[in-house]
Amino acid sequence: MRSRPQTPVGLGLLAGGVLLFLHLPLLFIFLYAFSTEDRTFVFPPPGLTLHWFSVAWEREDVWAALSLSVRCAALATAAALVLGTLAAAATWRTRWFGREVISLMVILPIALPGIVTGIAIRTAFSLTEIDFSLWTIVVGHATFCVVTVYNNVAARLRRTPTSLIEASMDLGANGFQTFRHVILPNIATALLAGGMLAFALSFDEVIVTTFTAGQQQTLPIWMLSELIRPRQRPVTNVVAIFVIAVTTLPILVAYYLTREGQEVSGSGR
Amino acid sequence: MVAAGHEASGGLGGRVSTFLYRHPAVLMALLLAPPLAWLGVVYFGSLAALLLQSFYHLDDFSGVVVREFTFATYGELVSAANIAVVVRTVSMAAVVTVAAALVAFPLAYFMARHAGPRLKALLYLGVMLPLWSSYLVRVYAWKLILAKEGVITWACERLGLMPALDWILGLPVIGGPSLSTSYVGTFLVFLYVWLPYMVLPIQAALERVPASMVEASGDLGARPGQTFRHVLLPLALPGVVAGSIFTFSLTLGDYIIPNIVGNSRPFIGQIVLAQQGTAGNIPMAAAFSVVPIVIMGFYLWGARRLGGFNAL
Repeated sequence: MRSRPQTPVGLGLLAGGVLLFLHLPLLFIFLYAFSTEDRTFVFPPPGLTLHWFSVAWEREDVWAALSLSVRCAALATAAALVLGTLAAAATWRTRWFGREVISLMVILPIALPGIVTGIAIRTAFSLTEIDFSLWTIVVGHATFCVVTVYNNVAARLRRTPTSLIEASMDLGANGFQTFRHVILPNIATALLAGGMLAFALSFDEVIVTTFTAGQQQTLPIWMLSELIRPRQRPVTNVVAIFVIAVTTLPILVAYYLTREGQEVSGSGR
Repeated sequence: MVAAGHEASGGLGGRVSTFLYRHPAVLMALLLAPPLAWLGVVYFGSLAALLLQSFYHLDDFSGVVVREFTFATYGELVSAANIAVVVRTVSMAAVVTVAAALVAFPLAYFMARHAGPRLKALLYLGVMLPLWSSYLVRVYAWKLILAKEGVITWACERLGLMPALDWILGLPVIGGPSLSTSYVGTFLVFLYVWLPYMVLPIQAALERVPASMVEASGDLGARPGQTFRHVLLPLALPGVVAGSIFTFSLTLGDYIIPNIVGNSRPFIGQIVLAQQGTAGNIPMAAAFSVVPIVIMGFYLWGARRLGGFNAL
């Protein structure tokens, strides 16, 4: 290993400070979930209680929003898995111009501001007179979730030696058998990682959802309405902690599944 | 097992497989059809619908969208109030981008050149997690922090910094009654939420600078400061530009943050939302959302010339 240059103290402090800046604010979400004060964000909280966890547990609207979010995220992830894998397979061993075009097409829904994707899909629904439903949310989510699966599977396929496939064919397997017994086991963890990221992305999404949900409330939409017209503020904090857990765990799993190749590239988002 | 495999390779599956093997173009078409159909129809179809709608207009008397080609909506778009909205949004995006580059650089630099493999992996995770997760939760966290009765006011009181806080809030334009209803607050939240998008590309760009190049610069007599300015900074620039694409674009299109933390003067995203929702004027919403697309078009063109695309 090459020797690293001596780290100036100032640089280390600055870097640590920036990292703290990225993570410290979330601690306040945790703290205020236990606050006995439910009308203001007074600091320090006057007292601590577990009361809000049971209140949140009994709120029907939270459960309804959670159920809708989980269904949307599951369906969008399923669609993204199929579409992303197909796109990655199609661009695998080819070097034609279409490859760049497809990469761009897949990345665009997430590179353009969310509001553009949202309003575009909203206008399309309005022109075709499609009513809002679970499926209108899923369509929007799947569109920008494809990229996570595509990136992960494409990166894994690039590292899969083609000799494996040739060997499988030489031994008499047909294309479907080769896919089932050789390719699928190879890309399984990449699929899992991409799917987890897609799930986290969809579960957390709010900008596009505002345009495709109509009157329905996903969990982020529920949170947004609570932020604008707060009722019991600490309940929102309890839900926020839950959202952090539900989106963080899949991302950690995805990271550990793919870390050898550092495939979960953040800039792909 | 062997028999089953033999049967399959001779059966329908085998014949289909052989056919596809001999006609790779057909296989390719079959693979590509679903994703292309989805993205082409759903996404690009929607973008086309958006463009189309922006050339319709809302009849003021009946409140119905008239489906005839007209530039009337774009005509209404060019008003003093709307231009102020665009200027406000673009200025915020520019300030956030510059600040994000300044704040992200030390962390990215430390990650790329000073952190050992284990620390680097940890830092990478520490930057990546907030990038992928809980956007709304992270905005909410700042609502708590910036509130008038919140932790910042509390800390300023304890540290005797209240005059400084009052001075900032007393500034014209960027000040306000409290941090959570001022541009300073909006800016802080934007900076916080988009910062990871800036750290990762800069880190990647710095990582690609060969150590020998830095050593050569030192051998040739450059002081560390000179090496930094004349060797590292120019080589890191594509990374900064790549990161700025995200911070700029995301700020341009966001309507949640200024809605939750900020004063009542709207940004582009809020106008789009209000026009399509309460106002029911989808043509106007469509025309207004073409504005960030055009701005991003120019931005991407400039970024490409600066080499930002290679660092994406």
